[in-house]
Amino acid sequence: MVPYRTKENTMAKYLLLKHYRGAPAPVNDVPMDLWTPEELSAHVQYMRDFAARLQETGEFVGHQALAPEGTFVRYDGEGRPPVTDGPFAETKDLIAGWMMIDVDSYERALELAGELSAAPGAGGRPIHEWLELRPFLSAPLTTE
Amino acid sequence: MDEALLRTLTPTVIAVLVRRGADFAAAEDAVQEALVEAVRVWPDDPPRDPKGWLVTVAWRKFLDAVRADASRRNRELRVEDEPMPGPARVTDDTLQLYFLCAHPSLTPASAVALTLRAVGGLTTRQIAQAYLVPEATMAQRISRAKRTVSGVRFDQPGDMATVLRVLYLVFNEGYSGDVDLAGEAIRLTRRLAAVTYHEEVAGLLALMLLHHARRPARTGPDGRLVPLAEQDRSLWNTRLIAEGVDVLQAALARDRLGEFQAQAAVAALHADARTAEETDWVQIVEWYDELVRLTDSPVARLNRAVAVGEADGPRAGLAALAELDPALPRHAAVAAYLHERDGDQVSAARLYAEAARSAPSPAEREHLTRQAARLDERLRGKADDGHSPAR
Repeated sequence: MVPYRTKENTMAKYLLLKHYRGAPAPVNDVPMDLWTPEELSAHVQYMRDFAARLQETGEFVGHQALAPEGTFVRYDGEGRPPVTDGPFAETKDLIAGWMMIDVDSYERALELAGELSAAPGAGGRPIHEWLELRPFLSAPLTTE
Repeated sequence: MDEALLRTLTPTVIAVLVRRGADFAAAEDAVQEALVEAVRVWPDDPPRDPKGWLVTVAWRKFLDAVRADASRRNRELRVEDEPMPGPARVTDDTLQLYFLCAHPSLTPASAVALTLRAVGGLTTRQIAQAYLVPEATMAQRISRAKRTVSGVRFDQPGDMATVLRVLYLVFNEGYSGDVDLAGEAIRLTRRLAAVTYHEEVAGLLALMLLHHARRPARTGPDGRLVPLAEQDRSLWNTRLIAEGVDVLQAALARDRLGEFQAQAAVAALHADARTAEETDWVQIVEWYDELVRLTDSPVARLNRAVAVGEADGPRAGLAALAELDPALPRHAAVAAYLHERDGDQVSAARLYAEAARSAPSPAEREHLTRQAARLDERLRGKADDGHSPAR
């Protein structure tokens, strides 16, 4: 039998990517340090509750934040140290952090990304931040 | 099932096997297998003599491994004829295990892993979870570490400084990880202090106890960092503080100062103040002077600048800070704090935002962003009164 995979018979892992730069501007576009301390607390609490809820449903895999500054590195030939370049201030795309989820369907992944994007920002209103949803490529099924 | 007892017995049993002629790597493997078996068997059938049980089972595991090895290579089995051990010299052997697991030829990450397994009695899985790496990766790291130290003689005197660095690394990880590594580091340092007398071992133990005592006050109910000055001091663990101070005083009395004793002295002065205002900053500056003299560490200089700011005013603190490299981690955060105390809220808000961008952990980033937000809110309030902030 030809191996096949449907959305119904597999769990799938997705990465939710948050960008420092490169995503379209959110609706509620006020930088964090211009929020009030209360707004900041509400935001942090929302993010914590979101992760805790996914842990309870068994859909949470992991999350990490990344420092804003990185370096580009490449091989420079035998016996030479790698070449480094950057950080480039003008780099268009800059990832701020990621959350990995393991869900039953693409629809569920969309739903969760939507919820995460609704985290409150300035004025306690949802940020409507654009998050990037990327499915992981997976190994072939073992059953044939 | 007494997991704590199992873990306490681990280094002792490894040492017994080594004394009977097993090499360290094989002994360590055998004891790890015996621990796994103990976890399986003890709940239903607890042994009368846990140590004897572990030695017997570990020795059998070791012999099985040697036999498998020997039959593979078709070699004579000599080790079975080794004499049984004489009276235990448990204390000395435990110390040797600390030295071996933190041997200077090991990288810090390898030394940490090996120490937690062979001295701490943690399983590979637990260590992997604590350091957020796959179990197979951690197993590989540990076996490579054992190969690295395979040529080291067990009875050689070791390097106490590297042992202390390894224990301190474990302790510091414990504030951010998922497993209680801080508690584990304290247990291992306590045990080390019990088997050797060394001022810096005592200094490190005191430092850990004094920091650990403040742990319940360091984070708020919502998980946010609470700075020292704002901590609810009634949450500090007075029993740990008293023990830390006792350990430190005994060490200082021997008049052989080292960096851990100096750091513990600073921690003790903080612990001693009933309110933030009562803190003896003048003495704290003196201890940082000692620390800078002992280590010449830029981090010590940065902390000293904060203390100078409290003892002699923010201008003096900023002057001390001006001598340091702005690229130092947390430099912007210290500058922000001193500028705010000096009444320059505009600079402070800008510096807090800058510090947040380069913060090494999410918790610190959140804390620093909150500081920036607090000042920006105040500055906006002033702007509404007709004063325009410079941002």
